[in-house]
Amino acid sequence: MRRDLTPRTLALIVAAILAAGPFAPQWTVFLLTVALAKGLVVLGLMILLRCGLVSFGQALYYCIGAYAAGLLGLRYEVSGVFTLMLAGMLASGATAFVLGFLLARYRSIFFGLLSLAISMILYGLLVKTEALGSSDGFNLLPSTLAGFRPADAWVRYMVLAVAVVVAFVAALLVNRYLKTPLGRLAPAIKDNEIRVEYMGASARHAIHVKYVIAAALAGLGGALAATTVGHIDPEMAYWTTSGEFIFITILAGTGNVIAPFLGALIFGIIQSVAFDISPNTWQMVLGSSLLVVIVFLPNGLWSLFSRGKAS
Amino acid sequence: MAAILDARGLCKNFGAVTAASDINAAIERDSVVGLIGTNGAGKTTFINMITGYLKPDRGRIHYEGRDITSLAPRDITRLGICRSFQIPQLYASLTAFENMMAGIGVVLRNAGLGGFFSRGEPLVPGHNLPAEEVAARILERFGLADYRDKNAQVLPGGVRKLLDIALTMVAKPKILLLDEPTSGVSSEEKFVIMEMIMKAVRAEGATVLFVEHDMEVVSRFAERVLAFYDGRIIADAPPAEALENAEVKRFVVGGELHRLDEAQARPRA
Amino acid sequence: MEQLLAVLIDGIIYSAWLFVAAVGLTLIYGVMKIVNVTHGSFYALGAYAAASITGALLAHGMPPYLSYAVLLGSAVLVSVIVAPLIERGILRFMYAKDEVVILLITYALFLILEDVIKLIWGVNPYFIAEPYGLLGSFDIGDLTYPYYNMILVGVAIACGVGLAWMLNHTRTGKLLVAVIHDTEISRAMGINVDRFYLFTFTFGSLLAAIGGAYTAPTVSVVPGLGVEVIVLSFAVVVIGGLGSLPGAALGAVIVGLVRSATIHYLPQAELFVIYLVMAAVLAFRPRGLFSLAEARKI
Repeated sequence: MRRDLTPRTLALIVAAILAAGPFAPQWTVFLLTVALAKGLVVLGLMILLRCGLVSFGQALYYCIGAYAAGLLGLRYEVSGVFTLMLAGMLASGATAFVLGFLLARYRSIFFGLLSLAISMILYGLLVKTEALGSSDGFNLLPSTLAGFRPADAWVRYMVLAVAVVVAFVAALLVNRYLKTPLGRLAPAIKDNEIRVEYMGASARHAIHVKYVIAAALAGLGGALAATTVGHIDPEMAYWTTSGEFIFITILAGTGNVIAPFLGALIFGIIQSVAFDISPNTWQMVLGSSLLVVIVFLPNGLWSLFSRGKAS
Repeated sequence: MAAILDARGLCKNFGAVTAASDINAAIERDSVVGLIGTNGAGKTTFINMITGYLKPDRGRIHYEGRDITSLAPRDITRLGICRSFQIPQLYASLTAFENMMAGIGVVLRNAGLGGFFSRGEPLVPGHNLPAEEVAARILERFGLADYRDKNAQVLPGGVRKLLDIALTMVAKPKILLLDEPTSGVSSEEKFVIMEMIMKAVRAEGATVLFVEHDMEVVSRFAERVLAFYDGRIIADAPPAEALENAEVKRFVVGGELHRLDEAQARPRA
Repeated sequence: MEQLLAVLIDGIIYSAWLFVAAVGLTLIYGVMKIVNVTHGSFYALGAYAAASITGALLAHGMPPYLSYAVLLGSAVLVSVIVAPLIERGILRFMYAKDEVVILLITYALFLILEDVIKLIWGVNPYFIAEPYGLLGSFDIGDLTYPYYNMILVGVAIACGVGLAWMLNHTRTGKLLVAVIHDTEISRAMGINVDRFYLFTFTFGSLLAAIGGAYTAPTVSVVPGLGVEVIVLSFAVVVIGGLGSLPGAALGAVIVGLVRSATIHYLPQAELFVIYLVMAAVLAFRPRGLFSLAEARKI
């Protein structure tokens, strides 16, 4: 069996980011942290996409994670980064556990549309909830780490450092999960559920588990995004946010747990560079790159790296 | 000897169509049973009811003394009743080897092995070998070694059929239900394929029920024949005796010939 | 009592708008099995074309009553140019791909079209209020309704009846029904499926553009106009059953009345109630209220 180089590669990237972070300009630190937050959501979508499911409503869990973190600050004045992320992850995971009983029965377009409907319900609720700032949302408290509040210049680096470590752990765990029998079942579920059933496994149960994992990751990403940006609003649950996550998932490909983070970073770079150069055509650049990837790199950008290794 | 599988009074209707009416059959352990009958006679319905894909309207199915009538297909499979399909059900985008590995993955998972917290590579229960070796061995036993790294969707029809049957072997089935294992294959090849299956099954020790339209194949491999007609079993006997049964001659063997005549006559008419 | 009447009238007007905006989506899905995100783009294109062309002609002294025809003409113009370009230029090479992948392709095209619209029409809003005010209004109790809304209802009825008539009584329509039921067999029977795809995509997009064109006089036409229409149309056609024409009508009426009732009685729930209905329908009838049975698999 080939040795898995992923953990080592991940560790190297993490070390590099932690070492370079203090010297990097603030905007790159911000870009990177947001990419890590979105990468976590996409990591979850990748797990679902591997068994053929595309959720057009993953923004639901992104938003729940963000609002869970925001509410903790608003109501109980909690500002510890790890507590907020844990809260985001648990809130989303628990919601997905309940909704999973329904959604794990759905496939293809119908899975996507039902997810979409549910995320839009949350959007509709938040927009009309004045206590939570309606469509304007609200600001978060400045983050702390273990009760310690760093100097302003270091806050961004601190959040980045936490994000990198959290993303590293999440990626390692998912990498291991993908190699368990349940994780490996994904392409089989995608190809032929009848056969999965007649091999003695429940596709519905496997999908439910994957759905909860994906949601927990999205919640984690949402809480992280909230602490990074310092502001949350209902737009986080809108369908265009889900569209963006799917965009990155397709761009990245499902080949490896590093791909989602790389995809999110490339997305962030395209978005900010294109927006800087021409604010009225950045969506055109994004749309065209998505078309090019779907047509020429159906397995995503990651297939550029794994070429030759794959059969 | 006690029956390993016992179906009592199975009935199934699809609207106005009777697919099974009072099917009774007790299958002895380690026996090889051929299911014959024209299309629509109720053979596949019988298999679908045993494996839980269809629930009978009435009647019970017992396996090793346990009532399995209301179990889900996956639970029935876990008990050791495995099936192949008329149209091979494969993981189309995976290679033959990966198909086997996916199947073995389920076996490992159901045994609680190779999970998130376990260390090292587990041995596949029943085979006592690492997963990759089990996959390679079964492929070889079915003459599929050459197709190991080919995607299932590009394999020729006969090979897909064999891979479909090979997949059922990973779970060490106690009962194997083969739905037309030799359909779409030339008559000479039928014997080769059946030999291969029977050899593999004998090595593992399983009870076999197979659906077959070629009476020569049935006479050669089955120890006992269940002849279906119109949702009923019209004969249950060793092949020589069953194929001489007047009703079987008229409705099954004759039925096949009659249908053939019709099919040939149609274009001319 | 009066409020009930208001709920009903608002509901009917909103249903009419929803039906015109969404029916093309169900037609395209029925024939081509594409969940078409560019539907929202065509809605926006229709609105922009209508607002700019009508505005320009009115400024050049066109008799105001002609503007109702110009609205329609603009929608036709923009969709017969853009829709075939997209279908022939891009989509037709993608039909072999998975349903979900094609959806993503239309999403990519939607992103591109969003900016195309900005490039052509800029980012400043367009207003054409004349057609809206021209017909005057009528009162029911304290509420005032412009007669223009009746035009929208008329357009919806014309679209629905016209489509139903085309599908049931014309040669093209009957062949189209054959394609909806089984594309492969239709192809084998010698139906030129490619031509029907082009026709359906153009016609479906035209319906979206008409929806946009006749909405243009009632709103300010700004970038992002089509974004909300996409999810709303999804909701309407999913409730009715993807691919079903009567389904789209029923979906539009349900969503229209439900939304109008919530606006009057429970305004906080206005937005989410639509998606609640959509989720509930999907949960209990996954394929919508009008749907075909699935075939047995083994």
